[in-house]
Amino acid sequence: MILVDLDALASCLVSPACLVTQTTSGLIIGMLLFLVAVGLTLIFGVLKVVNFSHGAFYMFGAYFAMTAYQLTGSFALAMLSGAVGTAILGLIFERVFMSRVYGRDVLMQLLVCYAFVLIFDDVVRMVWGPEFKSMGMPAAFQVPPLFIAGGVVPPYYLLLIGVALAAAVVLGLGLARSRIGKVIRAAAHNPGMVSALGINTGLIYGGVFALGGMLAGLAGALAAPVRSLTPGMGFSVLIESFIVTVIGGMGSILGALIGALLIGLIRSFGSLGFPLFTEGLMYLFMVIVLVSRPTGLFGKEVA
Amino acid sequence: MTRTRKPGISRRSTLALMGAGAATLAAPWVARAQAKTIKIGMPTILSGRVAQLGTSSRNAVMLEVEKVNAAGGLAGRQIEMVIRDSKGQPQEAARIARELVNTDGCEMLLDGEASSGSFAVHEVARDLGVLCIHTCSEASSLTADPKQHIPNAFRCVRQGIHDSIVGAGYAAGIAKAKGLKKWATCSPDYAYGRDTTGEFVLYLKKFAPDVEIISESWPKLFQPDYTEVVTKILQAKPQAMYSCLWGGDLTSYIDQANIYALFTQMEVFAVNMADYTALTVVKNLPKGIHSGDRYIKTFPATPENAAWGDAYKAKYNEYPTNWSWQNATAVMFLNEAVKKANSTDGKKVAEVLTGLTIKCPFGADGTVTMRADDRTLVGYAIGWGTTIPQEPYVPDVKAGDWKTIFELEAEWKKSKGYT
Repeated sequence: MILVDLDALASCLVSPACLVTQTTSGLIIGMLLFLVAVGLTLIFGVLKVVNFSHGAFYMFGAYFAMTAYQLTGSFALAMLSGAVGTAILGLIFERVFMSRVYGRDVLMQLLVCYAFVLIFDDVVRMVWGPEFKSMGMPAAFQVPPLFIAGGVVPPYYLLLIGVALAAAVVLGLGLARSRIGKVIRAAAHNPGMVSALGINTGLIYGGVFALGGMLAGLAGALAAPVRSLTPGMGFSVLIESFIVTVIGGMGSILGALIGALLIGLIRSFGSLGFPLFTEGLMYLFMVIVLVSRPTGLFGKEVA
Repeated sequence: MTRTRKPGISRRSTLALMGAGAATLAAPWVARAQAKTIKIGMPTILSGRVAQLGTSSRNAVMLEVEKVNAAGGLAGRQIEMVIRDSKGQPQEAARIARELVNTDGCEMLLDGEASSGSFAVHEVARDLGVLCIHTCSEASSLTADPKQHIPNAFRCVRQGIHDSIVGAGYAAGIAKAKGLKKWATCSPDYAYGRDTTGEFVLYLKKFAPDVEIISESWPKLFQPDYTEVVTKILQAKPQAMYSCLWGGDLTSYIDQANIYALFTQMEVFAVNMADYTALTVVKNLPKGIHSGDRYIKTFPATPENAAWGDAYKAKYNEYPTNWSWQNATAVMFLNEAVKKANSTDGKKVAEVLTGLTIKCPFGADGTVTMRADDRTLVGYAIGWGTTIPQEPYVPDVKAGDWKTIFELEAEWKKSKGYT
């Protein structure tokens, strides 16, 4: 049994083909993770709640996309319904349930979220059935992979990385430059003041939650052609998203991006060098970050 | 001030309850054996990731029980199934099994648990002495290890070691014909994945000594993404790959490996591919994946097997699984054994079951046997073939040879210190 295979890792690091393959493999794992984690971090940053039910939006995104794809045969519509469907779901969930537990005991928030993890899983089981499903790759992407510098890159993954990157840029610029972005940042900082200035904070909160849900839903939709769909599929993604936000810093979008990419690269290169310790590497890295920078790489210092 | 009686349990009813409890404890479960209907308990997994194990087991059991009941029941007693969800947790499976016997009055158990839970239910059967047939656990040690031998427990399931022997024999033939020397493995990181892969590699090297394993991957069970494993295997450039991934994990792996064109670059041997659960779900099933037969209605290619598969599909609107045929066979065994014993007494039925051969649509030669010395199923249809993307999915299954299986199984038992 091979425990540590540093030769494989070293020979990969000097081979352009291997570098290209493993880097894109790390990028796609990282970018999908980023889309889920960024919603989590955004919701925490503005609403100050840890949304433990966030994985469910990833799951719904995948199921919505699959159903839309089966009905229409259009990949674009599938992605759109994954994103829009979960945005609406997020808005309803926030307005009807989550808005009631803001400022309450963390345990209370956690229990509400956990209850909905179970409820959402059962809803999926009732609507789509308990057995695993597969959406299938659209014909346009059923093509041989590209060979870049000898490395293997599937065209679908290029699209996936592109879409996720575009989402990251739009989100980052939108929050930093636009008027709505300013209001959101202000609401995160001092909701009482924003409310006193005549801005509807309820709307902002609902909007942020819907945005977070939408991004997770988009991730689920993008993953649907290559990952099997089951009730409860959001759980493992949620765990990794938490690792990402802990590494990147709760509330930081740049942190989520860097954290997710680091996790992706650790997985892809770690599986070469440490085949039996790939999972462990992720947690080890998290521990190192937590010890050296308890607020995460890009987290703000707690006063 | 008036005194009112507090709601709740009064002293008198408490005493009555205690009395009833004592009577229940004192009277063993056999005291109720003469009820008109016979209850058969079944702990299985009806929720969570592997809910299909339980649902397809339950479906098959009900299909057969209806036939038995229509024909008059077990020695004149109608069967009533009591099926409970263990959620895949061994301690829950054990608790349910005990409750089914002690509280619900079940006289027999069908244990529809996966490997981990089956060992727990086995201990309950050992403790209570109730007749128990395992119907889902493929872990070889459940019956191969003499420490597990009890006269009232049987296993009506295919067995990991049988699959490994037949699979390795088939794979070695192809390895020699096509000169496949460099192999990779990719299997889930838990007892089943490690044991099955280890046994397969052991026999592969025995049959084809040139074979060398150049890359091993052990993804986590239920891992959502296998990209890093796929690319790692591509880097290693093996000529063939073995995997015992199953269910949704296998279909994820295939979807993800497909876009890297992995299947055009090596021969793939995936023992759990040829199960309708996976075959019907994968949208772009690559041609030419080598797989063991889990359940295929075209193997064995008999009218009885095809009819059974179609009847199941007609009733439940989906194809049966590997678990389905095993559970159906368990009910067939019970029915035959009760007829022969002319009694529903667990001890008498167990005596008849030991070494019993019955006619069965899933037998390699039309019959299956509950082997006497370890009370496990032998003689079932077992073979390997290659996939095509549409029905019948695996058009040509090469049957394994039971004589070879028995020889190598005996050797393996000796090497493990079981005999």
